[in-house]
Amino acid sequence: MAENGVGSGIEAVVIGGSAGSLNVILNTLPLLTRQLKLSIIIVLHRKSSYDSSLANLLGGKTTLPVKEADEKEPILPGKIYLAPADYHLLIEKDKTFSLDYSEKIHYSRPSLDATFQTAAEVYRSGLAGLLLSGANSDGAEGLRSVKANGGLTAIQDPEDAEVSYMPDQALSKMKPDYLLSAKEIAGFLNDLSQARSTRNKGS
Amino acid sequence: MEYTVVQDEEIDILLLDLLERHGYDFTDYSKASLKRRINRLFSLDRFPSFAEFRFRLKNDPTYIRRFIEQITVPVTEMFRDPNFYRALREEVLPTLGTYPFIRIWHAGCSTGEEVYSMAILLKEANLFHKSLLYATDINPEVLEKARKGIFPLSQMKQYSENYILSGGKNDFSSYYSAIYDHAKFDASLNSKMIFSTHNLVSDRSFNEFQLILCRNVLIYFDRDLQSRVFKLFDDSLDHLGFLALGSKETIRFSGIASKYKQVGGKEKIWRKTV
Ligand SMILES: C[S@@+](CC[C@H](N)C(=O)[O-])C[C@H]1O[C@@H](n2cnc3c(N)ncnc32)[C@H](O)[C@@H]1O
Repeated sequence: MAENGVGSGIEAVVIGGSAGSLNVILNTLPLLTRQLKLSIIIVLHRKSSYDSSLANLLGGKTTLPVKEADEKEPILPGKIYLAPADYHLLIEKDKTFSLDYSEKIHYSRPSLDATFQTAAEVYRSGLAGLLLSGANSDGAEGLRSVKANGGLTAIQDPEDAEVSYMPDQALSKMKPDYLLSAKEIAGFLNDLSQARSTRNKGS
Repeated sequence: MEYTVVQDEEIDILLLDLLERHGYDFTDYSKASLKRRINRLFSLDRFPSFAEFRFRLKNDPTYIRRFIEQITVPVTEMFRDPNFYRALREEVLPTLGTYPFIRIWHAGCSTGEEVYSMAILLKEANLFHKSLLYATDINPEVLEKARKGIFPLSQMKQYSENYILSGGKNDFSSYYSAIYDHAKFDASLNSKMIFSTHNLVSDRSFNEFQLILCRNVLIYFDRDLQSRVFKLFDDSLDHLGFLALGSKETIRFSGIASKYKQVGGKEKIWRKTV
């Protein structure tokens, strides 16, 4: 992908996951390049009682900075942000986060759709959306708007996902640019980051 | 959510109409949420075009009520964030208990679940008799519900769990009676509540309080508006009063931060020091 220029302008990646996705993330984080040029925004369905321990858990897997997104916080490259429990995480036009306590969507708060959709409208072709394993239909609509806004889309291969329902739902609504196995995800993200740094040097 | 139909520029137009025609100022609200709410309403009410949506909003006063109700996110829970309520019990109420009279302001109280939770805390601390709870919101519809103290029965299991986690020792169901699929809270609880509309954007300070709670409202405001509202709270808090915010809100970036000290450390409760 880096070679033929697809995805060379990716600035941010939104990764959404539900049941069966935590391990994928935990296994991916240690393999990420330390020169990450992108912002990674992770939205996971979880029990609200987990508190902030999830950010610590993820933070232990990488030397890259991992933190829960704060409202009004600017979204910076090289950082990994996690949607806080029990709020929807939205992206503002000036590339800052905002939080929203509105109704659950697909029984979920945070909702993957809300972050995918608002990020898609802000980053447009500069966004990549990646949807992982899950037992929920959240994320499918959102990923579709990533695509409709010119962004890059990837879905974890249902064959490979611990719970295939969520990838299947998305696949029934759209054709993503990539189907990835869990093992390929770190490489995919590193390539996007690499493509971005090459492009920046070139211009 | 459905597709985004109403675009940023159109939202600006609606907000200006609303301000000029009806005096509601949403121009300093965070845009991403507004845009989602407005588009949600647009599709819920099946408007064929933006022009018709705008016309309706401009000319139908009853529709304004619906608009306000839908745009302002009337979502809340009882004993949301049990640890927060535990901190109120353990670190705030003992101090308030030393005062002859306790005035509490719930700003942006929505349908009142937070206010009833507080009333239960006060009862259990034996402070209820000398307390007054002022509960305000921009949206008159939610206040109507709050006044009644009737909440869906289906929520009670969750609320009861939250209540116990917050340190509650009683049987939670002793506070309400079940009527069909609703839970009606004990009428004595709202005997000390005063409900009133109050717009944090445009209305002023109206009393002095020992505790102000404003949870999950400031996340919808931009930084400037947040600062103005913090000033309003500062003006409305007694010397050594407490300010309690939602779990993802902070006074750190506001002009009043230096006058306040966080209570405990984990929960979003600050105490005025001067
Ligand atoms: C998400 S609810 C929070 C309810 C409750 N405090 C809680 O944390 O569960 C936000 C509330 O803020 C109110 N609100 C929004 N803008 C306001 C304003 N300008 N003045 C007063 N209340 C406002 C809304 O009507 C809504 O009821």
